[in-house]
Amino acid sequence: MREIVFHLLVVVCVLGGTLSMAGALIWLERRLLALWQDRYGPNRVGPFGLFQPVADAIKIFTKEDWIPPFADRAVFVAAPAVIVVTVLMSFAVVPFAPGVWVADLNVGLLFLFGMSSLGAYSLILAGWASNNKYSLIGGLRAAAQTISYEVFMGLSLMGVVMLAGSFSLRAIVEAQQGVWFCVTQFPALVVFLIAGLAETHRLPFDMPEAESELVAGFHSEYSGMKFGMFFVGEYLAITLLSALATVLFFGGWLGPVLPPLVWFVLKTGALICGIILLRASLPRLRFDQLMSLGWKILLPVALLNIVVTGAIALLGK
Amino acid sequence: MTPEAWYILLYSAGVLSVAVGMVVVSFVLGQRHRERATDEPYESGIATTGSARLRFSARFYLVAMLFVIFDLEAVFIFSWAVALRELGWAGYAAALVFIGVLVAALVYEWRMGALDWGVAKRKNRSDAPSEETRK
Repeated sequence: MREIVFHLLVVVCVLGGTLSMAGALIWLERRLLALWQDRYGPNRVGPFGLFQPVADAIKIFTKEDWIPPFADRAVFVAAPAVIVVTVLMSFAVVPFAPGVWVADLNVGLLFLFGMSSLGAYSLILAGWASNNKYSLIGGLRAAAQTISYEVFMGLSLMGVVMLAGSFSLRAIVEAQQGVWFCVTQFPALVVFLIAGLAETHRLPFDMPEAESELVAGFHSEYSGMKFGMFFVGEYLAITLLSALATVLFFGGWLGPVLPPLVWFVLKTGALICGIILLRASLPRLRFDQLMSLGWKILLPVALLNIVVTGAIALLGK
Repeated sequence: MTPEAWYILLYSAGVLSVAVGMVVVSFVLGQRHRERATDEPYESGIATTGSARLRFSARFYLVAMLFVIFDLEAVFIFSWAVALRELGWAGYAAALVFIGVLVAALVYEWRMGALDWGVAKRKNRSDAPSEETRK
């Protein structure tokens, strides 16, 4: 009985925690970017501007919820919901601390790949349903980018799977008791982070919404909370990417002295700040550079990593 | 059903209600207005011409095909990776051959210019633009 109550509490906390994390990240990102650009950032609403996301939420919920008459109505409304649902569902298999997870699936990693593939639908459907030329180009770019980088992301993680011998994220964390996989699987970590950034179409990989050429890309025609859902989806995806990198490469909850959950939050937070720093420091790539980076560099590196890791894992058996 | 499955179901119900709730609340709270240009697609303030159901570059189609090829092959690598220790060196040799074929396909596509976005760089084509005309 106690276990069931505990688990129900975890389910509620994961849902509430990830959503409030997305809100907090909006504030954090603006403050950090401001810091690195030598200005203040939002500092008026509440202490240090902490209530800025609340004000933003109230404002965006009361904005006009416009559905263009020339758009494909049903798909137009469904597309932003898809990205929020898929990213939130991915958190279901993330182990935050021993016992603190929604579900420990033995196919956890495959579940994640599946969810991130479904997430690609959101962008392409949004771009297509908007019936706007900018949106169409943005949606197509998003589709090409996401499906390409999905391949490299999957392949890069196979080294980790070989060493851990399981797709379960809990087993992968427990396999890092000795050495974290960021040491033994360093090329995989690099490929994973680049592919993850490209999948979440974050800067420097935000060609699908490149505002200098496509206005806002696939979400040009979106307004109100439907635009907000793409926004929330993006911040959730950053959190997910950082949490996954923590679990797969930085030992998840493992660490001395402090409680496991604190270690997990610290590592994830550090990675999130790193991703924001990338946005602050790197210019946007060109689309052809993005595609050749993926197919000509990341794919061979990921394959080489698999071959070498397999041999070493078998030799050390 | 196992308890795990129940938690996942419960969690998905929560996620779905959050997503639907967001859409419905903003629909209820949102303001309405109507002006001359409200119902036109946004094209940077210029009057729109035609619909967006346009032809687009076949390159995107090519990427989709590459994805199907490589992602399917990745699935085979997945199943080998998780059973690496059980399959031993025999499995490793088989996987090596498989990855070799994969690399051969990649090299072929690379040489054919399928991985180059923009101007086609395919060799031995008389109608391809020469270096001078392209610059």
